[in-house]
Amino acid sequence: MTRPAQPEPEPGAPVGRRVVLGLLGLGVAGVIGGASFSRRLSEWLAPVELRDPTGLLSTLPLGPVFRFYSVTGSVVTRDAKTYRLTVGGLVARPSTYRLDDLRSLPRTSFTSDFHCVTGWVVPGVEWAGVRLSELLDRAQPSSSAKAVRFRSFDGVYTESLPLDEAREEHVVVALEMLGGPVSHDHGGPVRMYVDGQYGYKSTKWLSGIELTSDEVPGYWEHRGYEVDGTIRG
Amino acid sequence: MGDSDLTLSRFTRVERWVHRGTALLMGTCLLTAFVLYYGPMSLAVGHRHVVELVHVVAGYALPVPMLLGLVSAAYRADLGVLNRFSRDDWQWLRSRNRRNGSFAVGKFNAGQKLNASLVAGSVVVLVGTGTLMFWTGLVRLSWRTGATFVHDWFALGLGLLVLGHIWFAIADPHAREGMRTGRVSRRWAEKEHPDWVARLSPSAEDGRGAASGTGRGRARRR
Repeated sequence: MTRPAQPEPEPGAPVGRRVVLGLLGLGVAGVIGGASFSRRLSEWLAPVELRDPTGLLSTLPLGPVFRFYSVTGSVVTRDAKTYRLTVGGLVARPSTYRLDDLRSLPRTSFTSDFHCVTGWVVPGVEWAGVRLSELLDRAQPSSSAKAVRFRSFDGVYTESLPLDEAREEHVVVALEMLGGPVSHDHGGPVRMYVDGQYGYKSTKWLSGIELTSDEVPGYWEHRGYEVDGTIRG
Repeated sequence: MGDSDLTLSRFTRVERWVHRGTALLMGTCLLTAFVLYYGPMSLAVGHRHVVELVHVVAGYALPVPMLLGLVSAAYRADLGVLNRFSRDDWQWLRSRNRRNGSFAVGKFNAGQKLNASLVAGSVVVLVGTGTLMFWTGLVRLSWRTGATFVHDWFALGLGLLVLGHIWFAIADPHAREGMRTGRVSRRWAEKEHPDWVARLSPSAEDGRGAASGTGRGRARRR
């Protein structure tokens, strides 16, 4: 076997090691201070980003951008004609809602920060829709119902909430977000939004609400995430 | 066959395998990163959990070939060379005509040294921040947000470094041959790495054997 000859030790400073250590220091500082730094950076850049005709700025990790999660392949598109939401399980009055039915129900709106469990955050997202408690009241859960299970028309995703949390004020069947109808990429035409809990609790492409006697762990909870998705600083 | 056609032994088999393994894992990391980060791709590909697992496994495996390479003395010696910056290296970095052959460039030029340390540091930072993002119970939310921020930017930087690395490789078939076969032409080496050639022992030519530097290059040094 052939080997190249060894050159003599190079004179000079160990700059390579210093670069590595410098990057490590930068990384640690970024982990500790990155949240507030990126918030300020994005506040400062927001006006520029709005006027950026190329859209390139929003693809850079400059601050709050939604990342689009799908756990299946491509998800079918549903519109006002084809969309259905079923409410069933342990209820006295199971029912199916069309998009127009949902639009005719009392509407609530609020603004809140969207937190992904992995760390990314989009502050000040506007939400509008029907309170989940409104749909639950109409369905009249039986006394044995203790939890709510959500299904997605992607055919795979499921999530859950204890019944008392599901009744909270800012748990909505969202019809609008970011000032317009919920887009397909964001889980439209209808998705859940559970304020105060990590994003994985807010089912996209919502197709079914089912009352159950026990809380059934959802898609990500079978893959390591906690059933309780409450955001704790 | 003239003297200029002789080939020199540049990279050992271990070093070339470290390079191949790292390239494969780096490519996997960058492709899956693109799918996970870029919205239209995320939705077109979907299957986030699978893509995420591939990304995480490839990410943790990424330092492994480099660590395994440490068993090789030749690899350790090259790391030592990459680590040290001589005065010529600083001048090379500042110069606008660094390719005119007037610099005492050793086995690696200053750009290659800088690239090596930036890649090594970035890999460590990316593995660390990726760990905080994947095991979500490890640190508080604001640190996870910071880890995501750092991971995004370092990934972007590392992606650009790798693209630059591929760009230079495409532009230089002799350098590619060196990494593919382990051997380079003497003519190429004398142009790109004159100080390395000057300090090789005569027996290194044609790969007849290896020996430590003979000091022939000392005259070139200040």
